[in-house]
Amino acid sequence: MDAIFVWLSGNIAAYARLPESLQRLIPMVLACLICLTAALLFVLMATWGERKIAAHMQDRLGPMRVGGWHGWAQPLADGVKLLLKEDIIPAEADRFLFRMAPVLVFVGGFAAFAVIPFTSSFIAADLNIGILYAVAITALGVVGIIMAGWSSNNKYALYGGMRAAAQIVSYEIPSVLAILTVIIHVGSLSMQEIVLAQQGGVWNWFLFRNPFTFLAFFVYFLASLAEVNRTPFDIPEAESELVAGYHTEYSGMRFAFFYLAEYANMLLVSCIATTLFLGGWSGFLSQPLLPGAFLFLIKAMFLVFVQMWLRWTLPRLRVDQLLHMCWKVLLPIAFVLVMGSGILALK
Amino acid sequence: MGRYFKDIFDSVWTILLGMKVTIKHFMGRNKTLQYPNERWTLPERSRMRLFNKIEDCIGCGQCVRACPVDCIYMTTEKRGKDELPIYASDGTPIKLRVTQFDIDMSLCCYCNLCTYPCPTHCLLMTQEYEFAVYSKQEFLYRFAKDKPLAPPKPVHHASHAAPVQ
Amino acid sequence: MQVEAYVGEEMVLNMGPQHPSTHGVLRLELETDGEIVKKVIPHIGYLHRCFEKHAENVDYPGVVPYTDRMDYVASMNNSFGYALAVEKLMKIEVNERVKTLRVIMAELNRIASHLLAVATYGMDIGTFTPFLHCFIEREKVLDLFEWTCGARLLYNYNWVGGVSHDIPDGFVEKAKQFLREFEPVLKELNELLSYNKIFINRTAAVGILAVDVALSYNVTGPNLRGSGVKWDLRKDEPYSGYEKYDFDVAVGDGRFGPLGSCWDRYFVRVWEMAESLKILHQALDHLPEGDVQEKIPKKVRPQKGECYGRSEAPRGELGYYIVSDGTGNPYRIKVKSPCFTVLSALPAMAKGALIADIIAILGSIDIVLGEIDR
Repeated sequence: MDAIFVWLSGNIAAYARLPESLQRLIPMVLACLICLTAALLFVLMATWGERKIAAHMQDRLGPMRVGGWHGWAQPLADGVKLLLKEDIIPAEADRFLFRMAPVLVFVGGFAAFAVIPFTSSFIAADLNIGILYAVAITALGVVGIIMAGWSSNNKYALYGGMRAAAQIVSYEIPSVLAILTVIIHVGSLSMQEIVLAQQGGVWNWFLFRNPFTFLAFFVYFLASLAEVNRTPFDIPEAESELVAGYHTEYSGMRFAFFYLAEYANMLLVSCIATTLFLGGWSGFLSQPLLPGAFLFLIKAMFLVFVQMWLRWTLPRLRVDQLLHMCWKVLLPIAFVLVMGSGILALK
Repeated sequence: MGRYFKDIFDSVWTILLGMKVTIKHFMGRNKTLQYPNERWTLPERSRMRLFNKIEDCIGCGQCVRACPVDCIYMTTEKRGKDELPIYASDGTPIKLRVTQFDIDMSLCCYCNLCTYPCPTHCLLMTQEYEFAVYSKQEFLYRFAKDKPLAPPKPVHHASHAAPVQ
Repeated sequence: MQVEAYVGEEMVLNMGPQHPSTHGVLRLELETDGEIVKKVIPHIGYLHRCFEKHAENVDYPGVVPYTDRMDYVASMNNSFGYALAVEKLMKIEVNERVKTLRVIMAELNRIASHLLAVATYGMDIGTFTPFLHCFIEREKVLDLFEWTCGARLLYNYNWVGGVSHDIPDGFVEKAKQFLREFEPVLKELNELLSYNKIFINRTAAVGILAVDVALSYNVTGPNLRGSGVKWDLRKDEPYSGYEKYDFDVAVGDGRFGPLGSCWDRYFVRVWEMAESLKILHQALDHLPEGDVQEKIPKKVRPQKGECYGRSEAPRGELGYYIVSDGTGNPYRIKVKSPCFTVLSALPAMAKGALIADIIAILGSIDIVLGEIDR
């Protein structure tokens, strides 16, 4: 954001004549718009990518027709279709909550992109509590899901909403503990500081620096899979059991909001994992050859690919097994990792 | 306690095995045939659309009796003694004039039981499978070419009743 | 059966006739308390097509297409059982080539049917990929069938006294090629699905079918063998030349949980596919010569009497009870459907299960509603 401010005041002569508050406001809005656009573009591409990846893993082709080459315009066609659909609200549904739910889920997913450091100079808001803000804002999505489940007035949706609440709230704890193992070494919650602490080549990344953060990466990855409701933790939207879970009754653009928010969440946790464990925009070598944004995107997209790979390989866990895994497996491991990381940092 | 760690190890190991299988398929060849652009040729014994070469039909009615769902409707009348004798392509004399030979393809179950009893092998199942129609009446295939000389007698047996024209 | 008035927080959940996971149109009425299911009541009849009534109005060869449509996934086995029953009534002895061809087609169809069962079970549990991989193999089997008799799913192949088509030239080579390609796929299926810890956790402790419950409900087939009972009609009452083939009977052994769990039943099916491969190798190697249609009578008209003929369909013991009054049409055909009996054992299997477990149990008993409702 500061970079934009500097660029604007340097290059546009009339900029300095605007009132002070407006001079501060315009770079903020621009930075957020850039973040939002980038995230949305990625999300659209991710829907196409998921269908193609799923298809190739299943020995078939996926979208091939829309737009010519391998159906790249399929998400655009889907978007247009969803916009044109009739907006159905069930007769007995709670109308206000029904309308607010997709908004909350969408905001919870996209608002955290403001603290992701894409390059060394571009971060929409360099908060000194960056990672805490990201974790807190994603918790807003849970409220949206529960609202969706409750207000639909549908037993299946209610089941989905309840399961989602239990799952997401439980898995926040191991994920935050895994983040804590990294924060202990960095000493600051700011995202840029975390990336700056991993400069100097691939062996300085937190993934390889010590065995506790190595394991913490996997704990964080699994916990974040549960946060975004991806298989094997996709009980809230388990298609074969509950038809569609908490978004059963949604159609048209409201459903599109849930759908986009899911992919945005996937990208978000991949970006956070990249920043914390894989070095963010820093390179593989001590003097990076490629630009920072490119490296960051490669790493984040690889993690998104792994999430999709897991989805199309694994069955889903039952609700009690899922909670067992959180409270009896991931949580003790996460505690041990925090303690080990703390002891190492004392030296 | 050991069971706890063994479970974790088993989970991780089997997950990795499964991922290996999927990634192998990801890099492999796909097996999809992109339909309207590529079609495959059906074997010669395929049981698709029915076809009757009406010039060879001797009107014996074996196919009507063999059909388990009664989808063939046939009415015949005797050819007069003064008409020229006609023969099917394998030499069988045709004694009856077939004035109605309708097959209702929407009832047909594609079992092929009608083609076996046909003495002149004029009723066949072809390999054509793209014969969707826009209205159900178009599924009633009328093969007969001759018109009846005498007015049709009233038919009593309900299952062999001629459908409404 | 009516659900009594419920008190407290119990909820009646209807897994209705249209549901992604009930294998056909089945309505399950679940009385749940939170996630635990207290009672499950299946309601059937949505696919009733009056097979037994139709059979009274067509002649004996005309019943064969109707039998195909009962269990439409394993249609060779249905007409096999019917042909056996009528031949028993008419005391026709078919020649060796017919017997071997019937066994080949029945075992190929057993593989196809079990592939579908295993694949859709994976989908119910949550993996979508084995479904596609299994269906590629199933397509190869269906291609073989289409080459032989012209149809892909409902074949009208086993006639009274013989079969409808002899195999074309090159069938043996192509079938052997399919068998060669199929073995690695089974191994991959095991790696991807059978031994996956998440799958085992979902299935190995649920749906326990005790042996005494199974026997009292007359459960047969892979469901009974999954509970540890070694009963297979192909070994215990061999028909159509099965005594010549050397194969093992797949029996559940309870290695990941109690005996008779969903995993045992599922794995019995996977194992049975491997055993069918053995039978197919032997049958294809020793295919005798002969005319497949020499014993087909001109007019099928059994004498007055009745008989019961049973065979081992992929889902269990399929029985035909035929009553003949001496005319060309059967007087009465009653079908003993294996899926019907195992579905009636579902409430006993589902005691104390969660909703997700009901799906797992329903998938593991592998029902086809066409056979239940006929």
